[in-house]
Amino acid sequence: MTARILLPPNPKVGVKLDIRILIQHPMETGFRHDISGAAITKNVIHHLSFDLDGITLFSGELGTGTSANPFLQFSVILPHSGWLQLKWVDDEGNTGTERVLCNLSP
Amino acid sequence: MNAKRHSLQTFAQLLTLNGFSRLGALGLGAVGALLPMQRLQAQALERESEDFRALFKSLTQSGRVTLERVHVSIPRLADNGHSVPLKVWVDGPQTPADHVKRVVVLSERNPRPMISNLQFTPTQTRLEFSTRIRLNGSQRIWVLALMSDDRWWGQVASVEVTESACLDASL
Repeated sequence: MTARILLPPNPKVGVKLDIRILIQHPMETGFRHDISGAAITKNVIHHLSFDLDGITLFSGELGTGTSANPFLQFSVILPHSGWLQLKWVDDEGNTGTERVLCNLSP
Repeated sequence: MNAKRHSLQTFAQLLTLNGFSRLGALGLGAVGALLPMQRLQAQALERESEDFRALFKSLTQSGRVTLERVHVSIPRLADNGHSVPLKVWVDGPQTPADHVKRVVVLSERNPRPMISNLQFTPTQTRLEFSTRIRLNGSQRIWVLALMSDDRWWGQVASVEVTESACLDASL
């Protein structure tokens, strides 16, 4: 499983940033069946968090109502440069992280 | 001459109409103990199922949500319920003194109504997020925002879905 954190080019201090997050995950609802008719077990990312150098920007729960390959766009004015880190955990207990360095230019 | 009389007449009509609506608003204001927006919320909630109302009440405690400040952008018609773009923004500066703590997206017809439940910290700019959601058919989406002063604001949006996300292609 992989994820991408997309930052706008040339982020500046005190200017609103639109951060886009895309995680590759099937987000199985548990309502689908395979070809033999057996139910496919539910497996969604139930929790994710996004922080800047350990300071949480947002965190929360997703449900089966979120599309496969969850996409999130979020606006923020970052207080300083640093590492943006995304963490998530799914129903099978798999966890994932992705981080990107955000250097704000004055 | 005739045209002039006509315009005078419409002007008079406008005046009386205005007078009526003003009287009506006064009357409603005097009778209704609730704010107009809270009454709207109660009316909107009456159309929902018993289970949904129970979830709504357990989430918001008092069950009182004012339908203001929160804005929802969702297509009126979505061809495919598997992935419907949803954008939410909340008016306000998002400072430590006044910010959105939590945003809950609820679906009235999905088998599991809780679409997402996100906690936010002050972003210093208008709270804004976009995502893509799954929808089981045409329905209304409730977006509720809990502010730092523990008041709930919200908005309801309707969406028509041509193909439900809950149809299983393998069956």
